[in-house]
Amino acid sequence: MTDRALAVVRAGALTTVQDLGRPGHAHLGVPRAGALDGPAHRLANRLVGNPETAATLETTLTGCAVRVRTATTVAVTGAPCPVTVDGRPAPWGAPVRVPAGAVLDAGTPVHGLRSHLAFAGGIATEQVLGSRAADLLSGLGPAPLTDGAVLPLGDPYGPPAAADAVPHPGPVTELCLPFLPGPRDAWFTGAGLRTLTTGRFRVSAASNRIGLRTEGPPLERARTGELPSEGMPLGALQVPPNGLPVLFLHDHPTTGGYPVVGVVPERFLAPAAQAVPGTPVRFVRLGRRPDRAAHSQ
Amino acid sequence: MRPLPVGEHGLLIELDSAEEVGALHAELLRRAADGTLPPVGEIVPAARTVFLDGLADPRGLIAELATWHVPPRPADDRPAVEIPVRYDGPDLADVAALWDTTPEEVVRRHSGTTFHVAFCGFAPGFGYLTGLPEPLHVPRRDTPRTKVPVGSVALAGPYTGVYPRSSPGGWQLIGTTDAVLWDPRREPAALLTPGTRVHFVPLETAR
Repeated sequence: MTDRALAVVRAGALTTVQDLGRPGHAHLGVPRAGALDGPAHRLANRLVGNPETAATLETTLTGCAVRVRTATTVAVTGAPCPVTVDGRPAPWGAPVRVPAGAVLDAGTPVHGLRSHLAFAGGIATEQVLGSRAADLLSGLGPAPLTDGAVLPLGDPYGPPAAADAVPHPGPVTELCLPFLPGPRDAWFTGAGLRTLTTGRFRVSAASNRIGLRTEGPPLERARTGELPSEGMPLGALQVPPNGLPVLFLHDHPTTGGYPVVGVVPERFLAPAAQAVPGTPVRFVRLGRRPDRAAHSQ
Repeated sequence: MRPLPVGEHGLLIELDSAEEVGALHAELLRRAADGTLPPVGEIVPAARTVFLDGLADPRGLIAELATWHVPPRPADDRPAVEIPVRYDGPDLADVAALWDTTPEEVVRRHSGTTFHVAFCGFAPGFGYLTGLPEPLHVPRRDTPRTKVPVGSVALAGPYTGVYPRSSPGGWQLIGTTDAVLWDPRREPAALLTPGTRVHFVPLETAR
């Protein structure tokens, strides 16, 4: 009889089950959720032979520790951190065989914020709307881990794909966020838009999976008031009345009434998952792809 | 119809009225169903906009939109969703005062209105329902409640809503329902999806 499960020994500051989320339900008010550091989630799965859709654990700030009930292949990616198996050092960013009953501990990151722990077979909690992701805005999916909680594991998919070189993320010493202006940049003055691209911003400690908040000079508005609620994309730079941009991450609300000054394309969002509070933030305006006509000048 | 690019793959289409939003939303769903809309990840109607995300070529769609003729929202031949309500909310008397009438008349007018789900947001399964005429629009409460009970039927601005779960909220509470607004095991999980017609049916209140 198999007992494919893990027991949480040390839940850490905030550890959640994540996968690629549940996009496609925004019209019902359902956030997409899913791993904030998508590349780290995918890599961890690949290292243990899982498809990228398998659920992993996303830690925050202090890592976590789990006891596996059967021998399991595990990989830790994302924020680099000390990894141990029953107290003995084990590699980060590589498949690790953890014997039945042993404790895998992913410690506080050397740099960065969120590590991903993948287990062969994936975390097998119940799916909600096709995803196992914990959505901390609306409470869909499994609750954040608590000490003593037991999570089921799926059956292993097969031998891991070979990985000769695993990308080792450098520390995010400055968070560079390229953005496309709009749709509501006209709600800000020229000076306000210059403040966005030239001001000194930092990651606020009030950031979470819903949004990365910033501290810095407020953006001057050309129009006051709120918009009627409108759809909000992942990566939106929404500006609440205090004038400080909030970068919408995966648990963001699906609609909102504060103006969105610009949007950071999804492919640039992973470093935002690893920027610790206090990290300097720079917003870099991307040009829209020029039209043919503009080219021919 | 004013389309605004949103990031690399999104389009926010601004419209002049809730009716135009409903019509464009219905047209987008029709074209998605018959395969004449380019692949799209999300279609999110809201108060005065429809947001499309996950488009490969938003600029191409902007050009195409200019050639569309969008008919008025077709008559909904599906039966209306009926929501049984006990009109016993703590703000019923305040709403009656704002409407310059009696609580009994609030019940009569609210339950006599045909509502449409204009859009969803705030929480999974929370629908923003339109249908009340402008003189019956009411402000939010000055101080939001820290806990609004699940099933609360509430008013704010042009909208009626039903809280799918207990949460903080600033809307005027006029009643409660036992209807299940959100059930992830149901398809669709939300009882109130955009475009749905809704009637509120008064239950006898035991006072």
